[in-house]
Amino acid sequence: MQTNTEDRSKRYINPYFGGVLLGLLLLFTIFITGRGLGASGAVKSSVVATVDRVAPSYAVKQDYLKKFISDTQRPMNNWLVFETIGIFAGAFLSGLFAGRVKKFRVEHSPKITPKTRLIYATLGGMLFGIGSQFGRGCTSGAALSGTATMATAGFLAMILIFGSGYMFAYFFRKLWI
Amino acid sequence: MGPLIANGYIDPAWNNVIALLVGIAFGYILEASGFSSSRKLAGVFYGYDFVVLRVFMTAVMVAMVGLVYFNYMGWIDLSQIFILPTYMTSVIVGGVIMGLGFVMGGFCPGTSFTGVAVGKLDALFFSIGLYLGIFIFSLAFPWLEKIYYGGDLGPITLMESLGISRGLFTFLFVLATLGAFWVASMVKKRVKDIEI
Repeated sequence: MQTNTEDRSKRYINPYFGGVLLGLLLLFTIFITGRGLGASGAVKSSVVATVDRVAPSYAVKQDYLKKFISDTQRPMNNWLVFETIGIFAGAFLSGLFAGRVKKFRVEHSPKITPKTRLIYATLGGMLFGIGSQFGRGCTSGAALSGTATMATAGFLAMILIFGSGYMFAYFFRKLWI
Repeated sequence: MGPLIANGYIDPAWNNVIALLVGIAFGYILEASGFSSSRKLAGVFYGYDFVVLRVFMTAVMVAMVGLVYFNYMGWIDLSQIFILPTYMTSVIVGGVIMGLGFVMGGFCPGTSFTGVAVGKLDALFFSIGLYLGIFIFSLAFPWLEKIYYGGDLGPITLMESLGISRGLFTFLFVLATLGAFWVASMVKKRVKDIEI
């Protein structure tokens, strides 16, 4: 028997309703700022900021990071960084209301160990980090916002992220099913 | 009229405040839809949970139709909105790597942040991986530069790439999305549910 709190924590909003809300938020964001949503950009800014702080002379010379360093603005003073701070806060609130905020734990299929899950989560994150630089955005900035604004690159990113996921899904099925 | 900041309706000083508020709504919607759970997200690749497909495609559809409508009503100047530039080689390589990362890690960047917010360690490790991956990319950039700038087509749109109007593409996209929802519901019936 499940307890009531467990039941409650598994209750999510209707996915189509969630999608409509997300679509309206994206529309509203484009209407105000002229750009869509994003996520990987904030991590990139963190990398730029760390290197800029730890090894400033290197950051200025570094071919990739120097693209994102300007004399007028600190790397962390960036729209996507503030938006991402908001993501944490908003997700925390939602989780709190739904009873999903609990002490640190690893979510994994019962067929694998927490250690295996953490190794693959790290590797997956590294790949997503690398891929999002090539894609000039991730699922939010490239696929979602890019497709909605009719950018060819955004549409391609969407098709390729999900297409490639299906292509490789067979090899990693033991992690999930 | 829109975009409001570019046209002076809202002072750019509000930019970061707007960013924070947009982020709160973004995080709230993602978490409430179930995106803080990697096992729910990965379901889209194995047919046991299609929440990603439903939320994501509905959102794209609503925003796309909304922009057509706003444009028709003269509320937004679409020539002023940011169009992600297309570097054909780079986006293909990036998309494939991201898909692999998605199915191995069970998150994408935004969803991993929502996972961290409710206490998922796997989401935290994914986020640390993101940081490491971007750092590795920047170190290896001299060798990756050719791919990164490969196939430069500029900020082209689907209308230019396909030679059809925004309205027609939007209409076809809506039809394809509704079709995908139907296929997903058929697949879901055949696939065994898993206890998450």
